[in-house]
Amino acid sequence: MSGAGRGRGSVTFIGMPRSFRENAAEAMQDAQLGRNLRKATHTIRGKRARVVEELPDWAELREAGRAVKDHTLRHLDRYLLQLEEAVTRAGGHVHWAADADEANRIVTELVRATGESDVVKVKSMVTQEIGLNEHLAAHGITAYETDLAELIVQLGDDWPSHILVPAIHRNRTEIREIFRDRMAAWGRPAPEGLSDEPAALAEAARLHLRERFLSSKVAISGANFMIAETGTMVVVESEGNGRMCLTLPETLISVVGIEKVLPTWRDLEVFLQLLPRSSTGERMNPYTSMWTGATEGQRFHLVLLDNGRTGVLADEVGRQALRCIRCSACLNVCPVYERAGGHAYGSVYPGPIGAILTPQLRGMGSELDNSLPYASSLCGACLEVCPVAIDIPEVLVELRARARHPRSERMAMRAAGWLLADQARLSRAQRLAVRLRRLIPRRLPGPASAWTDTRDLPEIPEESFRDWWERS
Amino acid sequence: MSAREEILGRIRRAVAEAPEAPEAGIPRAYRTAVPCDDLAGLLAERIADYRAIVHVVPVALVPARLAELAAGKRIAVPDGLPAEWAGPAREAADAVLTDPARDELGAADAVLTGCAVAIAVTGTIVLDAGPGQGRRELTLVPDHHLCVVRADQIVAGVPEAIARLTPDAPLTWISGPSATSDIELDRVEGVHGPRTLEVVIAI
Ligand code: SF4
Repeated sequence: MSGAGRGRGSVTFIGMPRSFRENAAEAMQDAQLGRNLRKATHTIRGKRARVVEELPDWAELREAGRAVKDHTLRHLDRYLLQLEEAVTRAGGHVHWAADADEANRIVTELVRATGESDVVKVKSMVTQEIGLNEHLAAHGITAYETDLAELIVQLGDDWPSHILVPAIHRNRTEIREIFRDRMAAWGRPAPEGLSDEPAALAEAARLHLRERFLSSKVAISGANFMIAETGTMVVVESEGNGRMCLTLPETLISVVGIEKVLPTWRDLEVFLQLLPRSSTGERMNPYTSMWTGATEGQRFHLVLLDNGRTGVLADEVGRQALRCIRCSACLNVCPVYERAGGHAYGSVYPGPIGAILTPQLRGMGSELDNSLPYASSLCGACLEVCPVAIDIPEVLVELRARARHPRSERMAMRAAGWLLADQARLSRAQRLAVRLRRLIPRRLPGPASAWTDTRDLPEIPEESFRDWWERS
Repeated sequence: MSAREEILGRIRRAVAEAPEAPEAGIPRAYRTAVPCDDLAGLLAERIADYRAIVHVVPVALVPARLAELAAGKRIAVPDGLPAEWAGPAREAADAVLTDPARDELGAADAVLTGCAVAIAVTGTIVLDAGPGQGRRELTLVPDHHLCVVRADQIVAGVPEAIARLTPDAPLTWISGPSATSDIELDRVEGVHGPRTLEVVIAI
């Protein structure tokens, strides 16, 4: 699973068709997925808009957030050293990992040193990026995911499809099946007669994990922010599984990308306003934990991870992607994400941010990574909602210029964007599609054919293109 | 070369040609103080929005209210909880566990604490492990968290809270009960943290 791309380890989803276009085309055939995604993205999008509207100084907060991140990245060496000193002073241990393999090795050794073979985990994208669970498993250590969605993904032997709600591609009935069939293999079985009510499923997860929280000796987390000035780590969450993992075990290991550092304690006054409102669309998320070094008798290890980030930092256009605070607002407004789903991006980072981050982190060596910069209609909605003002369309265009890509793919992606962006042309295309359907039954006309050629048009015979696209 | 030197070297090379981004250039034009004439009222409204239970109670009546809320329960309390809160709870409760060890925590129906700061605009209470708040697990394992907020602990917005707090001790920011929207985006209150959050605002 863990492959080397230009000396960096990374995880590519297995079983993925070759390019984003092919992945997306496959996802678009799943009507359930389409409904789940549309409901999720539109609901969160609406909540975000309402709570952002409440703050008259949102534009100023966003500008401050952008500037704090740019300043930090420009002096990243200085702030990492300051962070290291502060964490060490507070009794923590700091480790540096140049790539995924090194981080995995460090964490495995730290877990081994405790003599434990089980660890509990807080949802962390960076440990998915480096394939930590798989690496630990290969060394006889079982990592238990504790976030509800991550639990669903782990029990279902599946991949996350959204940054905030990783199991959004699953409906309640599927989740009940997964819990019924798989929980016993991982610990306490699902209760008898489990219903598919979300409250009952959440209760099943609570019971399944409770004992494990109370008995686990080692936890692994990421962090949303690290404060250089004080050595403080910040984890933002909703369920309380984070608090359980951060508080109860004797040893806590946090694996964090180097771009997560902020200079001062005060900077949190900006980011603790930007992140929750952009992410869950709440004024504040239920729980935020902050700790500095070894806390309440716990041993604390911080693993600082590069894994391609310094490569991104060297890119004058692409480096702005490192400002990202993983709020997922850009996913929720993206017309391409809504139709293609998270899995099509073939990486732990889906949606518009994934389309610019993954090819930069992994390099553009593979067919998939080469096609990601085309996973966009360039409508600009992502830039508009981004709380740190990352100009995703600008980076996409820049990466496209560098992609070695067949002309048909470029045309197809452009056509899809063009079709989405322009209602008038869209309705013309619809009429044309309906008219031509009998003449060219399996393909849409013109450049859109490459985008749609895995679609079986005759299956939905009397529909207009727009209905088909909307429904798919 | 160590990974540390390697990463620092890569960073220095990466930003060598990058435009300056001085600290002095960070615009902080956002509001650092939010005007509000009814902090307790706004806090109550915003906490209730998260489907937590809120009581706004005159200071003199807080002990009686705490006695009502503690009645019939096994209550955990941290060291340093003010006597005027701990006393009535102690009398009314079925049992009181003072600063209980982890294996006793499961026996508590609820935990009663104070807090360090409360943020009105976001409906947040912040614990800093100070007197009357206890170790972090104390407010995590019991299924019901009863928290008393004094009027002088309420600030309007996040910047005022950050200015009052220091991260020397661990901080827990709590905005409503534990919640998840992971299943079809249906919000469910109560996963791993306390399923009931009950806040008494003493005015
Ligand atoms: S790119 Fe911006 S909007 Fe997208 S996840 Fe990152 S911070 Fe959020």
